[in-house]
Amino acid sequence: MLDRLRQDYLSNIKGDILSGVVVALALIPESIAFSIIAGVDPMVGLYAAFIISIMTGVFGGRPGMISGATGAMALLMGPLIRDYGLDYLLAATILTGVIQYVFGALKIARLMKFIPRAVMIGFVNALAILIFTSQIPHFIGISNLTYIFVGVTLAIIYILPRFTTAVPAPLVAIIILTGIALFYNLDLNTVGDLGTISNTLPSFIIPNVPFTFETLTIIFPYAIALAIVGLLESLLTATIVDDLTDTDSNKNKESRGQGLANIVTGFFGGMAGCAMIGQSIINIKSGGRSRLSSVVAGVFLIFLVLVLSSLVVQIPMPILVGIMIMVSIGTFDWGTFKYLKKAPKSDALVMLVTVGIVVYTHDLSQGVIAGVVLSAILFVAKISVVHVEKSATNQGQLYQVKGQLFFASVDSFKNGFDYTLENQTIEIEFKNAHIWDDSAVFAIDQVILKLRQNQNTVMVKHLNEDSQALVDQLAVFDDPNAKLSAH
Amino acid sequence: MYKKILLAVDGSDHSIQAAKDAVRLHDLIPESVIDVVFVADFEKSKYDILHSHDKEKLDLDRRKQLLPIEQLLTEHEVNHHYHLLHGKPGETIVSFQKKGQYEIIILGSSGLGALKEMVMGSVSKYVVKHASCPVLVIK
Repeated sequence: MLDRLRQDYLSNIKGDILSGVVVALALIPESIAFSIIAGVDPMVGLYAAFIISIMTGVFGGRPGMISGATGAMALLMGPLIRDYGLDYLLAATILTGVIQYVFGALKIARLMKFIPRAVMIGFVNALAILIFTSQIPHFIGISNLTYIFVGVTLAIIYILPRFTTAVPAPLVAIIILTGIALFYNLDLNTVGDLGTISNTLPSFIIPNVPFTFETLTIIFPYAIALAIVGLLESLLTATIVDDLTDTDSNKNKESRGQGLANIVTGFFGGMAGCAMIGQSIINIKSGGRSRLSSVVAGVFLIFLVLVLSSLVVQIPMPILVGIMIMVSIGTFDWGTFKYLKKAPKSDALVMLVTVGIVVYTHDLSQGVIAGVVLSAILFVAKISVVHVEKSATNQGQLYQVKGQLFFASVDSFKNGFDYTLENQTIEIEFKNAHIWDDSAVFAIDQVILKLRQNQNTVMVKHLNEDSQALVDQLAVFDDPNAKLSAH
Repeated sequence: MYKKILLAVDGSDHSIQAAKDAVRLHDLIPESVIDVVFVADFEKSKYDILHSHDKEKLDLDRRKQLLPIEQLLTEHEVNHHYHLLHGKPGETIVSFQKKGQYEIIILGSSGLGALKEMVMGSVSKYVVKHASCPVLVIK
């Protein structure tokens, strides 16, 4: 037990503390910006980042991964906040956590395998597009000064790392540009215009909602969407961290950890969150490996917020917009364009539909569900074409059947035969076919009986073992007097 | 001299060139051993995970990039080992060199594609600057 704790927390102290500090600094502007996307006070996102990063650090399944308030989750919350207010969001956050914990306990992480990669690529691209579009109201058509600040922020973020990576570039942008804005007393929107930042620790509260069935019907759709999106991004991030560190992680434990984190966050006034791809990569690159790194990130973040709250409200919005544009660019999968050219048309379509539906509905979960359903339909369409090749033999005709014969493919199977033949020996060869269900067996019956009506001799050859067993159970064609009504 | 050779590769034409020169050096010093190092870059991990079905497939894809080099080395009956590492390429190669006390590093001057050329060029630059042994950069 003690060894385990030492391994989990003290195996890489220097790297973990250093990276935790770097991550905390990067988390602050993002948490504030995500709060603004959701339409809540910056404190809601900051409390979430503080609590979630510590909780998932301690209870999660993927050491070294960073979780907090995220864009994916914030984008889902907008309508709930607008129509019902913060307390309903907190209740939904708790319910999200409960659902995620149950998913984890039921070992649902395995189901991630069934989400096609086209859908995952669509997911990250849609997320990137939504994060970008959410920033547009904060910088288009406000003032020239706003454009300049966004531009300079982006310039610092992308140029500075070429010279030094010792300090996070977004932080440098914030310090320099906030300094300039304060010194010259520039007329820019600030974080303070959009909400308040208090220097108090979060405290335990029970969300002020009526405990009725009606409340549940309001928050449940949000909670289930949040739970799905949160787990999707968390498990994707966990897989990336697995790869970065060349280690394995427990995805079900991570799901339970995410659940616990959201439950606690909801009771302490934070919004639902999940793992963050960008921050996790920053953490690993900065040397973070163990659970300690995300715990340090959370603790240091809240420490900074408590100390610097009066300064944080002065940060001009255009700087946060610049940082969010960076997050959006970093989230987008730039391999997509090559993928669109190279991948099968159906995969490319699934990816585009996923993105389209998310951008239209502003709901990542709907895009993912539509993408999964569409992939399933396309898959069935693809395998529901059975090829029947006809060739002449000495005695008559040979039909070679290739493909998967099941309820969706029986039509293309039946259409492959010439029913005008008379008095011939017809062989139907199933070497490269598989019979899946009784619709398939019924179709074989139909074809054979129809051919026999014209005094043809019909023989069935080379059914593979599974298929033969099914045909033996269900087929009527071996009975010379059979009529189709037998089924 | 040069019994422990570190050959850093990335699946590009340049690294095949580097492998050929490593074989030449090995022919001069028959008792030498070549350790082939492939670094899965942190920056590319998100792309790799998104575009591969699962871990095993990704591992296979990465190893596939080493096939031409494997062919070359077995053809010339070179005593060699593979190391698939994860990290920032330059730093990872250098720390592996120091830990294994390799006597020479051989690597291509630049990697795949026009854009990545800049990046890989910076890898060879970094290795030359920080390694504690001679570095042979193949053009």
